[in-house]
Parts: sequence; C-alpha cells; structure tokens
Amino acid sequence: MTVTALATLAALGAFHGLNPAMGWLFAVARGLQERSRLALLRALPPIAAGHLASVAIVAALVAATRSVTTSSALAVVGGVVLVTFGLWRLLSERHFRWAGMRLSAAQLAAWSFLMSSAHGAGLMLLPVLVAEPVPGGHSGHLAAAPMGALSGLAAAGVHTVAMLGVALAVALLVYQVLGVGVLRRAWFNVDRLWAGVLVAAGLVTLIRA
Amino acid sequence: MTRWTPDPTFYPSPREAVTAPAEKLAYVAAFDRTASRPDAIVVLDTDPGSPDYGRVVGWTDLPYVGDELHHFGWNACSSALCPTAPHPHVERRYLIVPGLRSSRIHVLDTQPDPRQPQIVKVIGAEELAKRAGYSRPHTVHCGPDGIYLSALGGADGAEGPGGIAILDHTTFEVRGAWEADRGPQFLAYDVWWHLTQDVLVTSEWGTPSMIEDGIIGELLLGRRYGHAIHFWDLAKRRHVQRVDLGDQYQMPLELRPAHDPTKSYGFVGVVISVDDLSASIWLWHRDGDAWAVTKVIDIPAEPADAADLPDLLKPFGAVPPLVTDIDLSVDDRFLYVSCWGTGELRQYDVSDPLHPVQTGSVHLGGIVRRTAHPSAPDEALAGGPQMVEVSRDGRRVYVSNSLYGAWDDQFYPDGVGAWLAKLDVDVDAGGLTPDERFFPHGDEFRGLRVHQTRLQGGDASSDSYCYP
Repeated sequence: MTVTALATLAALGAFHGLNPAMGWLFAVARGLQERSRLALLRALPPIAAGHLASVAIVAALVAATRSVTTSSALAVVGGVVLVTFGLWRLLSERHFRWAGMRLSAAQLAAWSFLMSSAHGAGLMLLPVLVAEPVPGGHSGHLAAAPMGALSGLAAAGVHTVAMLGVALAVALLVYQVLGVGVLRRAWFNVDRLWAGVLVAAGLVTLIRA
Repeated sequence: MTRWTPDPTFYPSPREAVTAPAEKLAYVAAFDRTASRPDAIVVLDTDPGSPDYGRVVGWTDLPYVGDELHHFGWNACSSALCPTAPHPHVERRYLIVPGLRSSRIHVLDTQPDPRQPQIVKVIGAEELAKRAGYSRPHTVHCGPDGIYLSALGGADGAEGPGGIAILDHTTFEVRGAWEADRGPQFLAYDVWWHLTQDVLVTSEWGTPSMIEDGIIGELLLGRRYGHAIHFWDLAKRRHVQRVDLGDQYQMPLELRPAHDPTKSYGFVGVVISVDDLSASIWLWHRDGDAWAVTKVIDIPAEPADAADLPDLLKPFGAVPPLVTDIDLSVDDRFLYVSCWGTGELRQYDVSDPLHPVQTGSVHLGGIVRRTAHPSAPDEALAGGPQMVEVSRDGRRVYVSNSLYGAWDDQFYPDGVGAWLAKLDVDVDAGGLTPDERFFPHGDEFRGLRVHQTRLQGGDASSDSYCYP
C-alpha cells in the first residue's frame, strides 16, 4: 500500500472514530452507568471488532473481486453504489433503530457491526481500495483472489486501528474532562457530513474509473 | 427536518435538564364531554413577563368530535441522545395526541407558530387496530427506536389485552404491537422505563367496558380493576415479572421512575384501597434479581356527611383521596401527589425514596371542601388537582382538574368545571404556593374540560435520559 493510501485509510478511520454513533459515546455511557472507567475501556475493543468486521467484509470483497475482473468495471459499479447510498443517507430521515443497552461483549460487537454497516462505513473506503495496485501485478487470475482479500483485510486493519485510537481518545476526554454536556453544543450533524463524504467518495471512484 | 446541532431542548442528563430555561408556553388537552364539539389543544402563556401571562393564547380544534383527549407527548425528547440509536438532530416539534375514546391519533406540528399548532396527520382507529391490535391509546413516550404508545383496549371490540404500540419516529405510522411475549399481562394503562437498564414498566387500569361508562361499583368492590405492575425486558420485548400489590389496592396508574439512569426505583400511585378508601404510593425497587414493591405513603380517606357526598360515595360516609396522578421532579427530589377526591396537591421530599417526608400541601376544589383559588376566593371549585406537571427546573407545578369524562360526572355530579392552576415551589425548603396571577378557568376554556399539560421544551414526565 502506498503512503497516501495508508494515510487516507487512517484519516477515514479517525473520522469514523470521531462519530458518536460509531461507539465512543456508547462506551462513555457504559462507563457512567457503571461509574467505572474500566467499563468504558472494556466496551471499546468489541466496538472496534464490530467496526472491523463491517469494513473488512467490504474491503475483502472489493479486493477479491478486482483480482478477477477489470478494475474499471469494479470502480464504476462501486462508484454508482456509493453515490446512491450516500444520497439515500443524505435524504432519508430514518435513523438506526436499536433498543437495549445492557449488551455482552459479543452483542456489543454485533451492535457495532450493524451500526457501521448501516452507515456504510466500509463503502467509504472504496476509492482507496479500488485505487490500490492489484497484488501480483495483473488482474484476471483466480489465484490472485486470496492475496487480494488479504490486502483488503490489511486496509481494514489500518483503518480500524485509527478508528479505535480516536474513539478511545474522545471517549476518555468526554468521560474524564468535558462531561456529556458537551454533546449539546459539539454534536455536529455528522450524519449529513458522512453522507456527503460517501457521495464524494463515489464520485472520486467514478472519475478515476 | 434535521438540524446541524442537537435540538437545544435535549439534555444528556437530568442534572443538566434542571438548568433548562423556564417554559414560555404550555399545551393543554381539552375535551368536550358531550362529544358535540371538537376537542382541542389549548395553548397557555406561561411567561410571567408577558401581558397574556396565565391566559389562553392559542387554540387548535381537532378535526372530529368525541375523541376525549387525555394524555399526549412529544415526537422526540432527550432520549434521542441515547448512544445505541442516536438521532439528536431531529426536532422536538410534533405533539402526538391520542383520543382515548375515539382511538384516533393526531399529530400536531408546533411550528412555525408555537401558539397555533397545526394538525398534520390523523391516524384512524382502524389503523391502530389493524397494525397493532389495540384501541384506546393513552400514554406517549419518545423512545430510542420509536414512539411508544400504551393502549387500554384490544381491537375490533375486543376488551383486551391492552398493550403498547410502536409508532415510527419519522412518519408516525403505526409499526405494530411492541410485545414479543406478554406473559400474564392483560390490563394496561401507563408505561415508562429504566432506559439504560433495559427495563420497561407497565401499570393497570381496566378494559374499555370497565371505564368508559364510569367506575363500576361492583367491579371495584369485587377487586376486578388492575392491582399489579409489570416489568419487561425492554430489549427483548418480553414480560419478566408481575408484581401484585394486593387486590385491595385498586388501580395502580401513573408510573414515575427515577430520572437518574443509574437508579433502579420508581413510584406508582394507587387510586383507592377497597379496605378503607385510602390511597397509597408505592416504590418499586430491585430485590436481588427480582423486582419488589414497598408502600411508602398512605393517605387516609376523610370522614364526611353523606349529604355532602355524591351517590357513589354516600354509603361510605367518607371522601377517598383518589390519587389519580403523581409526578417526580427531574432531580428526583420532590414527588407531587394529586388527591383529586379531597382536593389537595401534596409535595413529598423523596430524597430517601423509601422514607418520603411531606413538605407541602395546597388545597383546591375537592368533593366536600370545594376550596377556592386565592385569586377568585368567592368561586367554590369543583374537581381537584388532577394531572400534575412539573417544570424541568422544578420551580413550577401546573395542575388541571378533570380526571376522565364519565368519572368526573360520578364524583362531581353537579359539574366538574374547568380550571388550571400554577403553584410556585420553594426548591430549597420545600413548600407550594398558588400563583395568584395564573388561574385560567371557566369560560376561558370555552366549555371544554382540561386534562394533561405539556410544557414547551419538555417537562418532568416527558423526557428520559441515558447519562447520569
């Protein structure tokens, strides 16, 4: 992976980590509910795992697919999917539905997986994934698929480490210093920005195709 | 319509909600007992600096007649900040207004003019019946995943079971019945929850035929009205435990859980004990892995001359307090208790919830007393403090005087009238004083009776919080 690709993956990871809906806020809520910083810290790894799974599925799928097809076809299809999904996120007023806050680690990971998937977290990485050079140097070989998938997983890993790092930092900052009152002022409508980024990512992918 | 920053009326914690600015307007459900004119949502000016303070400044007639407006609520509240399904950029803007008798659900938009709410949607009784299998919608709460609406009756003439319907947050369409497994629950009335603990609580009144033509003496003395509360798993939508108060304790109605999400207790008011006509307040709390209730307040009946009593009560020679509503301040410190029969609003310090201490009392109306309001000392008042609403800062309490059409007529057969009073609270020492400048009554309500009040921006019974 190029340095630019890594940096972009990490930056998108930071963006996801910053979004309260992606999990740091849930970790803070658990810490406050249990009056324990440990509860906060314990919540974050399952949340990151769920996010990783959501992103990795997309990354592995993209990487494996482009090993066996032309990258321009993939970019066009991927770009169209991304723009459509982004517009839908932008225009729809529906929000993720979930009732239940006392979750086991596995349930927490499942919640995070669903939340990330519903927001199209993995899709947002599409421009980076599609722009990556194909491992082995040429496409059209079925044998290259596992290698491609592996590089996709690496991309998801880099992304998630950045996501976890930022989520951890924000969660601790809010828990220890700022307090949840900051939500009233600082909870910028990330969903709209997020949808905008999705559309932009789709357009970038299409232009490059 | 989404915003760039959270709705300013949403607060992450009750601690912060207490700092909310004072409400400028109040919305009041008003209904025509004769069902010949439309019910209405009435808007009151609650801004002491306004020339119209304490007066009706807005009036929205509903499109049909015979709804019997009762309770209502907001489309969204502080629970929108909860972390599992956050949607803090929606607006607290729409009032969800069910007709308890008609089973119609009205959606009113309080924008662009908060003094003139507009009706933007009416969901027919058949829709509620078809989608959720319920009728007689009652309590509205804004939940993390939708709007929760309790309902007293079953669909298509069925008496029950009553239960909870879920309404979509965005379209307000009825999504369906909430319960996955209702266990032994059949009667329904109020619903609320401990949101962060995945606990939902419901209470019991009676089926439509048990209430709609008035309280039925034989059923009451036969201990057939509700006398239990139910605990549910909020996430799995399953019944967990039925806690019976004892069948002499008829009608546990309003549920007021602690606003602090780390606390696991709440209060429920019982209308009447058939042993001695007393009313009582119970605390629910955890007991090991299970839930338990403890009676924490007992309010005795007051002896009275049979000549002063309505027919229903003549044989007993006493006025039952009839605790029909309670409300807990947002800081969980004061519990307000309406004694609709004796015409009294009581204030208890419940800092130690197992040992409430009475800190205030105001008399208004009452079956025998008929206490006048200080601003109109010559007018004997019928009805009594009934629906109680407390401002978020805990400094103002609003009470209205109608209970439920058919029941008003039994306990106040010469007419219940219509009045709404505001009481000022001494939040340091406790204590209540009627505000002499705030007493809309009589003709101001154009012949309609007044039931629940909702305060602009939220109040003590409208919001739930996910952070302590």
